[in-house]
Amino acid sequence: MSRLRPPVGPDDHAQGPADAPVTLVEYGDYECPYCGRAAPIIQRVQRRLGDRLRFVFRNFPLSEMHPHAEHAAEAAESAGARAGNDGFWAMHDAIYAHQQDDDDALGDARLAEYAGELGLDGRAVLGDIRQERYADRIQGDFMSGVRSGVNGTPTFFVNGVRLDGSWEEEDLLTAIEGASGQA
Amino acid sequence: MNSSALKPGTPAPDFTLRSTPDQSVSLADFRGQNVVLVFYPADWSPVCGDQIALYNQILPEFRRLGAEPLGISVDGVWCHRAFGEARHIHFPLLADFEPKGEVARRYGVYREKEGTTERALFVIDGDGVIRWSYVSPVGVNPGADGILEALEGLQAGRGEPAGAGR
Repeated sequence: MSRLRPPVGPDDHAQGPADAPVTLVEYGDYECPYCGRAAPIIQRVQRRLGDRLRFVFRNFPLSEMHPHAEHAAEAAESAGARAGNDGFWAMHDAIYAHQQDDDDALGDARLAEYAGELGLDGRAVLGDIRQERYADRIQGDFMSGVRSGVNGTPTFFVNGVRLDGSWEEEDLLTAIEGASGQA
Repeated sequence: MNSSALKPGTPAPDFTLRSTPDQSVSLADFRGQNVVLVFYPADWSPVCGDQIALYNQILPEFRRLGAEPLGISVDGVWCHRAFGEARHIHFPLLADFEPKGEVARRYGVYREKEGTTERALFVIDGDGVIRWSYVSPVGVNPGADGILEALEGLQAGRGEPAGAGR
């Protein structure tokens, strides 16, 4: 019933070939511990499927519950704007890798620190975070998720169809391979 | 789908339930504006971004469409208070607590065996008539897309009374 809209386009953050038989979209929140747990699962699935999979991430910060989620999304968007697609994904991975370090792991200064460790200008990223420079894009992602039937984080879409079942590694692979067979 | 849930075109049964230990909310208080009645099984759902958290996050969107959400579960007022405070919920959570599940029964969405309500949504217009309803399969959080479409339909003056009419 719930389908992704708008479909994946050139403005999305994507890894993997655009003509891959399967596109997996995640709506995620950087402070959500379930999304943190999903991050390495997705990486393993990506390694196992290689060029047969394109992975796309859209922001879905539940900021009422997660006070740092919005600024963490700003940090990843800033890295993407400053260092391209690779910059976005490096920051994305760094945020999830540090998510559970301690209570302040996603504070503004720490986000800037992670950016610095990736070779980005940490102070400039911090400025972007504080200005909430990419708020419109983040809100656009969020509302597209609401319209697509996102019901919590993480929510996955496999070739545009919401995945209502488990996203454990084997289950995710089964769902992807099922969609691949139909493609 | 639970076929006993009240259908579009049906006048929404009025009720008065406690939202806090010393405050009550009546459906009739909301005449003239749309109401989204959200029956949900329990506070403290063990997932991030559960249904209530999602609706809380998109409260501005509901209000833009002239609607106020009301959450209803069989949890008591003290439970609702703790949950609402912990998750920063900015809309009323009503306690269908005594007699347990009475309002859910009147809307046809009580699960006798489990002793909780269904995950059911009702969009009620300013005249107190149900204009859209949906019962989600057990365990599937329905999200908000259906509600927003129903509210936009009302706003455009083409709500779907789906047969029953008014």
